[in-house]
Amino acid sequence: MRIVCPFCGERELGEFTYLGDAKPVRPAAGASEDEVFDYVYLRDNIAGAMSEYWYHGGGCRAWLKITRNTLTHEISSVEPAAGVGARQVAR
Amino acid sequence: MITSQPNRLASGGLIDRSAPLNFRFDGKTFAGFQGDTLASALIANGVKLVGRSFKYHRPRGILTAGSEEPNALVELRTGARREPNTKATTAELYDGLEAASQNRWPSLRHDLMAVNQLFASIFVAGFYYKTFMWPAKFWEAVYEPAIRRAAGLGRAAGAADPDHYDKAWAHCDVLIAGSGPAGLAAALAAGRSGARVILCEEDFLLGGRLLADGGTIDGMPAAEWVSRTLAELATLPDVRIMNRTTLFGVYDGGTYGAIERVNDHLPSPPEHQVRQRLWRIVAKRCVVAAGAIERPIVFAGNDTPGVMMASAMRTYVARYSATPAKRIALFTNNEDGWRTVEAALGAGLQIAAVVDARPDVSAAHRALAAKAGFAVLNGFVSGVDGGKDGVKKISISLAGGARAEVETDGLAVSGGWNPAVGLTSYHRGRPKWQDDISAFVPDGAPPGMEAAGAANGAFGLGACLRQGFAAGAAAAQSAGRDGNAGAPPVADDEAFSLTPLWHVAGKGKAFVDYQHDVTAADIELAQREGFESVEHLKRYTTLGMATDQGKTSNVAGLAIMAAVSGKSIPETGTTIYRPPYVPVAIGAFAGQHRDENFHATRLTPSHHWAAEQGAVFVDTGLWKRAQWYPRAGEKDWLETVIREVKAVRGGVGFCDVSTLGKIDVHGPDAGAFLDRVYINTFSNLAVGKARYGLMLREDGMVYDDGTTSRLAEDHYFLTTTTAKAGPVMQHLEFCRQVLFPELNVQLTSVSDQWAQFSIAGPKTRDLLREIVDPAEDLSNEAFPFMGARKVSLRGGIGARLFRISFSGEMAFEISVPARYGDALVRNLMLAGKQFGVTPYGTEALGVMRIEKGHVAGPELNGTTTAADLGLGKMMSTRKDFIGRVMAGREALAARDRQVVVGIKATDSARRLRSGAHVIPKGEIPGPANDQGYITSVCFSPTLDQWIGLALVERGRDRIGEIVHAHDPLRGEDYDVELCNPVFYDPDGGRQRG
Repeated sequence: MRIVCPFCGERELGEFTYLGDAKPVRPAAGASEDEVFDYVYLRDNIAGAMSEYWYHGGGCRAWLKITRNTLTHEISSVEPAAGVGARQVAR
Repeated sequence: MITSQPNRLASGGLIDRSAPLNFRFDGKTFAGFQGDTLASALIANGVKLVGRSFKYHRPRGILTAGSEEPNALVELRTGARREPNTKATTAELYDGLEAASQNRWPSLRHDLMAVNQLFASIFVAGFYYKTFMWPAKFWEAVYEPAIRRAAGLGRAAGAADPDHYDKAWAHCDVLIAGSGPAGLAAALAAGRSGARVILCEEDFLLGGRLLADGGTIDGMPAAEWVSRTLAELATLPDVRIMNRTTLFGVYDGGTYGAIERVNDHLPSPPEHQVRQRLWRIVAKRCVVAAGAIERPIVFAGNDTPGVMMASAMRTYVARYSATPAKRIALFTNNEDGWRTVEAALGAGLQIAAVVDARPDVSAAHRALAAKAGFAVLNGFVSGVDGGKDGVKKISISLAGGARAEVETDGLAVSGGWNPAVGLTSYHRGRPKWQDDISAFVPDGAPPGMEAAGAANGAFGLGACLRQGFAAGAAAAQSAGRDGNAGAPPVADDEAFSLTPLWHVAGKGKAFVDYQHDVTAADIELAQREGFESVEHLKRYTTLGMATDQGKTSNVAGLAIMAAVSGKSIPETGTTIYRPPYVPVAIGAFAGQHRDENFHATRLTPSHHWAAEQGAVFVDTGLWKRAQWYPRAGEKDWLETVIREVKAVRGGVGFCDVSTLGKIDVHGPDAGAFLDRVYINTFSNLAVGKARYGLMLREDGMVYDDGTTSRLAEDHYFLTTTTAKAGPVMQHLEFCRQVLFPELNVQLTSVSDQWAQFSIAGPKTRDLLREIVDPAEDLSNEAFPFMGARKVSLRGGIGARLFRISFSGEMAFEISVPARYGDALVRNLMLAGKQFGVTPYGTEALGVMRIEKGHVAGPELNGTTTAADLGLGKMMSTRKDFIGRVMAGREALAARDRQVVVGIKATDSARRLRSGAHVIPKGEIPGPANDQGYITSVCFSPTLDQWIGLALVERGRDRIGEIVHAHDPLRGEDYDVELCNPVFYDPDGGRQRG
């Protein structure tokens, strides 16, 4: 598999590490235990296009949000994951 | 020298008669020529019997002339280089080659295991499941050993492979599989268009079927066209031809796997050269011109030595000048089979008869038969007389119902051609049925891949050239290369006519899968027993599951299944195709990553010095760490470790701790960021101070710990455990980038930039004053416990000094740029001589941390919470942090959790072992009474007995209780007392002194 890193260009799979579903958003500080439980544990098991976190540890160390078809491994988009999992957290 | 090759023609062929070679097969010496394969040389020497079959030990000969060979498998080479299941049909002959037949005892000609044939009725499909079900315990004791002795293929070498293997990457615009007419035409078109081309050919010669079948291209003989084409390709700037290279797999994103047999054609690789090279090729486009595989017809006795694919027979005659038989019979259902007759007659061989399943043989063929004096019979071969010495006679069922017999010593069989659909089907593409050739052709090929020529079901020479050229030009264009491809090569198309024929009913075993001994009757049985789906058929009968992956058998097998189940062949369908297309040695996948190079080795800055001291090293992940430093006269490691611990506690010692992960955290929000990733607070840490920190995972379990220091208002220096250095960096980057983008903070991994040493013991300050610039004040007032700041060393080198202690002693950790690590350690030894400085290893480090009750890897095991470790009070209630909410879950805060507690044996002479389970005194050991286990143990020189840490249910409420340690693994049972985990200096006076 090849991933086109927005910062480094097309690179080989071995440079990247997979984390998982990029859909869950970290709940705010005051969230209930149930909300956080969902964030930590509940994942969809998608047969088709799925947004995922990948880490370019062998390159620029950017976290990327990648849309990958889990049936064909076709990658339809790669973008920086900056702020993707963020919700306003109490400071 | 042995020169007699009775079945070698006097002239012709692509062998080099000026380069004779000797080789041995089953201990007997034979001669051959450069350019032979082992199979062609055996044929030239009249050897027909080359192996015994997998299950029934039936005598087998050579069936094909290529990598689809199911029968002629040998053990090639000897000793550590012995390679089982090597196809004689692809093994290039070299001088001194040694090969042995497989799966026979005591000899190939007299194989006692052939008795299996007498029990054939129990060896039918599914026999494992049916025969060996009961009694269950007989499986391991009786059945499996017996089956393993009786059935099987070659023997592995049983010794380490002495050769080297390599892995390499290549990139191109157009990748081409195969160098037959379609492949060469594709390379011409793509190369002329300006594309970067790689062409892989598994054979050592280029040309594919042209090598044996010839023909006329652009008005010249095929051989001349091939050499002109290769000459032109050589002039193109970016066309790379790789022979002896098989494209075996297709992976995502245009990545392909190929195996290059760099030196398999030599007795052993020349010095400093590899045996094989595994290529990963990244290509924008791929043209599959891998040709087609001729398919057998299934009839009784079709596995007799001397029965051979028609195309293979003419390959041996035309390419190798080796004659498999003197009086050849042909059984065909198609026009192409007749080319073998023409080739045999051209070489001066006799034709015994042609049995053609088609009623309408052409007038030209009939005229040829009349001229050469052989009969053309319309019908089917229904039986073969013969055995280990080869075919003697064939029985024929004539179309009218009558029977005939023909004497022959070699039967050529052609059931038509199956396009090689492997590569095009590896992304779960299902090939589609094409009626006019009665074969599956590629469909649903992976993105960027196109099949051309015979691999695409176009069998005529002209069509192969046209399709190959067009595919090459189109591939170049879509890769952005639009140069002038010029004119395509031109040739005529042969007539193609075929009457589908898969199976001739008859008495005796009719083999579908030669390598796994699957017969037509097995397939019929599978259907009767309900294993009708092709995937079930495959697994129940093992059809197509041998090392040849059913290249000659799969389509015939499912055609027979279609017939008995009353379905069409396309309705029956194919199984899923999976790589590799040919077997690939595990050694090639490993490449250079074996033995000491299995993974990278990381050396600490003091490694070379430590090695000079005779340190014993331990592998810690990729690191080699000094475990202890033995001295002459010490009888074992324990004596050494005890000395090291006492030297630290009584004087001063040092230990390389550079393996800890180190991260610089910069930015105005650095403190706020650390507050969110640690359970405790760092934003309020004073500049010049260090603090112990604990991180959780988002699920509330402890992730990692370490000391973090504030070196400036906007600069923290964070350390991680050795094991989690990489993962914590990744985790923190995730937090920074994905979760908290609003924070202005940057992370830099500096693990390799700093050499770090722990200097510990009451004389630490004395030693440091010899190293550090005298202007630096190291007094307790100026540099108190948990102080951290930059200092200058004598000579002006900048260093970082941290007053932190893992050992419980008065201690500092000192960091210098990694390049000074070696100099620092040598200076510590010099300067410390007067104080009796003692280097200590990880073992003494571990002893002192257990004595001090510090948790480490065995306690930070992914199932413990901060409270379990006795660190629950560190969890801030005034801020959000990773893992906060989940750590508050009822079960994670429950009173009866297993928590860290100290243990010591009631018998002070008793050695403790980690892993022993903790059982309440008087209870029966077992899961119901299991209250935890011992995590870490050591012999404490300070307490003069073994001590340890354990995770025990409500452990800290039970201090003083005697419990039972149960160690069924080592057969040990003893009593231990639960105690305060801080065995040494519980009020911490020493480290603050």
